[in-house]
Amino acid sequence: MLSRTETFSGGFADPVFDAQTAFRMLMDCMARPGEIGEVALSLSPPAPLGIAAGAVMLTLCDHDTPVWLSPKLSQSPVPGWLAFHGGAPVTPERHDARFAFFETKAPLPALGAFALGTQEYPDRSTTLIIEVASLKDGQPLLLRGPGIRDTAGIAPGGLPADFLRQWNENGALFPRGVDVVLTAGRQLVALPRTCKITAAAVAETPASEG
Amino acid sequence: MYVAVKGGEKAIANAHRLLADRRRGDRSLPGLTIAQIIAQLGLAVDRVMAEASLYDPSLAALALKQARGDMIEAIFLLRAYRTTLPRFGTSVPLETGRMQVERRVSATYKDLPGGQLLGPTFDYTHRLLDPDLLDETADVEAPARRAGETEAVMRVSDILDGEGLIEPDGEMPDDHVPGDLTREPMEFPMPRDLRLQALARGDEGFLLALGYSTQRGYGRTHPFVGEIRMGLVEVEFEVPELGLTLSLGEIRITECQMVNQFKGSAKAPPQFTRGYGLVFGQSERKAMSMSLVDRALRTSEFGEDVTAPAQDEEFVISHCDNVQATGFVEHLKLPHYVDFQAELDLVRRMRARHKPAEETTEHEEAAE
Amino acid sequence: MNTAFADPGHAGPAGGGEEEARRKRDLDLLARASRTELEDLWNGLDDKPAHTRLRGPETGLVMVRGRIGGGGAPFNLGEATVSRASVQLADGAVGHAYRLGTDRRAAELAAIIDALARDDGRRAVIADRLLTPLAERLAAEAAGRAEETAATKVDFFTMVRGED
Repeated sequence: MLSRTETFSGGFADPVFDAQTAFRMLMDCMARPGEIGEVALSLSPPAPLGIAAGAVMLTLCDHDTPVWLSPKLSQSPVPGWLAFHGGAPVTPERHDARFAFFETKAPLPALGAFALGTQEYPDRSTTLIIEVASLKDGQPLLLRGPGIRDTAGIAPGGLPADFLRQWNENGALFPRGVDVVLTAGRQLVALPRTCKITAAAVAETPASEG
Repeated sequence: MYVAVKGGEKAIANAHRLLADRRRGDRSLPGLTIAQIIAQLGLAVDRVMAEASLYDPSLAALALKQARGDMIEAIFLLRAYRTTLPRFGTSVPLETGRMQVERRVSATYKDLPGGQLLGPTFDYTHRLLDPDLLDETADVEAPARRAGETEAVMRVSDILDGEGLIEPDGEMPDDHVPGDLTREPMEFPMPRDLRLQALARGDEGFLLALGYSTQRGYGRTHPFVGEIRMGLVEVEFEVPELGLTLSLGEIRITECQMVNQFKGSAKAPPQFTRGYGLVFGQSERKAMSMSLVDRALRTSEFGEDVTAPAQDEEFVISHCDNVQATGFVEHLKLPHYVDFQAELDLVRRMRARHKPAEETTEHEEAAE
Repeated sequence: MNTAFADPGHAGPAGGGEEEARRKRDLDLLARASRTELEDLWNGLDDKPAHTRLRGPETGLVMVRGRIGGGGAPFNLGEATVSRASVQLADGAVGHAYRLGTDRRAAELAAIIDALARDDGRRAVIADRLLTPLAERLAAEAAGRAEETAATKVDFFTMVRGED
C-alpha cells in the first residue's frame, strides 16, 4: 500500500498554475544557461526523484511524450507517480524518449543512444534531466554560448565522469543533439545543446576554441 | 502581403452585439435550450460531433446555438474548444460487434441473423411536409415494442468471410502504431488508418459528392451495402492507477461495411473487397460515403490505376476537412488592400503596353 | 459507527480478483449514474467523511479508437470528453472515477463513492441505495430500446406467384 500512497500523493497542489510557474522558470533557465533556478513549489516526488526533477517531469511530460527512466528510477514508485500525475508513457527505448531522467550517481549511457532529432526537426530529440549532488560545490565549469554574456560558471558535484567529453561530441552534432537539465534537490540549471562547457582551469588559458 | 491596420474596434464590437441580437431573434419567442437542441435536432448535433471529431452532445448543441445553426461554424467552435483540453489517453478500440443495435440493414442478404432492423429511419417516408409538426404541443405516439427478441446481430462481413470470398478486416503491420492527424503533420502516401481518421472527420457533403462520383464512373468500385448498423457502443479505457479497464459510458455511432466486387488483378485474386465507414452519431449518409471513398482510396493497393478524383488520396484527404477549407476560402474576405493596389498598378501597366501608342496617351491622362 | 454500515446482510469481504471485478462493475455503473442519482446518494448518507483531492476533478479527452473493417487494425476515430477525479478519505481509502462528458462534480462524487465502497459495510449501503437501482434502470432502458428496435424488424413474406 505504501507504493500506492506515494503514487497518488506529492503532485502539484495546483496543477495548472504550478506547472505554469515551473515552466516559466525552466524557460528562463534555458534562455540563460548557468543561471540556477529554484523550485519553490510544494511537491514531493517519490525517492529517488528530486523535487526540481519532479517539477520538470510534471511540467513537461504528458501523454504525448514518452519518458525513459534510469534502471533505478524504473524500479522505484516513479513510473506510477508519473502515470498518475503526468499521464506520460514510459518507454524502454532511449531513442523513442522525449525526456530521460537520472537519479544521483546513475551511470550515464551514451548520449548518442537517445533521440538526437533530425536536420529537418532538430526539436525531436531527448531532453535529459540528470540529478547531481549539488550545483555549486563541485567541479567548476565555464559555460559559453547563446544566452550567456562572456562566460557563466557552475560547479556541479557528482557529474557523471565522462559528461564533458560526451557533451563536446553532442555539441558537434548541432543543430541535432540532446539538451540537459541538471537538478540538485530544489535547484536546477539548464544546458541547452548550444552551450559550450569547459573545465574552469583549462578555460583560463587562452583556449583554441575562443 | 499582409499589413497590420488599426481601427474598426468599435465596428467590430457593435457587429458582435448585432450578431448576438440576431442570434436571439424575436424576443417574444422562448429562447432555445441546449436540452431542446439535443433532443429535437439530434442529427445536427451528431454531424457537429462527427466533423468536429469530438463526442459531446451538450457541447455540440451549445456550439450549434452559438453558431446560429451554421454547421461549419459550430464544428469550428468545437474543434477550437478541444485544443484547450489535455488528453488522458486512448480508448480500447470500439467493439462494433457488441453494439446495442438501434438500426441494422443489409442490402446483400435478406434473411440474415438478427434480421433487418429499420430503426428510426427516413427511408420509406414520402418526403411530404408534415403539417402536424406545425403544432409544437401535439402529442407523438410512443414507439411500438416487440418483446422477446434476443438474437445476436452478427456482422455481415463474417458471413462472406466463412466462404473465403471476401478480404478480411483491414490489417496493418504488427509494429504499426495508429497515426494521429491531430498530433503529426500529414504526409503522403498516407496509411489507411490515418486516411480513415481524416475521412471520419471529413465534410459530409464533400465525401458524399466523391462517393457519388465513383458511382457515376469516376473510379467505379461496384459497391453493395453489406451492412449498416447504428447504435450504442461502450467506450473502454485502461486506467493505470487501478490496473482495470473501465467502461466510461456509451456513445452512439454508425458503421457501414461496403462490399465491392473485384475482378482481380496481378496483385490479388478475384474476391469481394471492402470499404469501411465509421462515424460518431447517427449519420448513415456520411458512413456510406466514407466507405465508398475508403475503398476508392485503396485503388493502388489492388494494383488498379488511379484515374479519378476519389482515388487520389492527396486530393481527397487534403480537401475533406471543412474547417481547414473554410479558413482558407474565407480568409479571402479579409483586407487585401495593399495586395490589390499592387495588382491594380500591374494591370494598368500591362494595359499601357498592350494598347496602340496613340490611344494610350489619351487614356492615361484620363485615368490620372 | 453508523449502524447501516454494519448491516451484516450484505456481501462480506471479497478477495483478490473478485474484489477487482466488483470494483470494475461498480465504477462502470457509477460512470453511468446521473448527477442527481449521485447527489441523492451522497445527501442521504449519515456519515460524510471529508476527502482530499489527489487529482482533479478535471475534464480532458480520450481518443476513441475504432478498428478497420470493424475487427482489423486500430485507427483513431475521434475524441470524447471525459471527466475524472481521484480522492482520498481521512481513513486513507482512495477512490477514482472516470466518466464521459464534462460533469466534474459528478466525477468527484463518483470518486468519493468509490473510496467509500472500499469499506464492505459502506459498499453494501451504496449498492442498496444507488448501484442496484441504477443497474435496474440501465437494464430497463436497454431493454426498452431493444424492444423498440425489434418492433421495426422486417418480417419478410413471399407473395405466392401464379404458377402451380
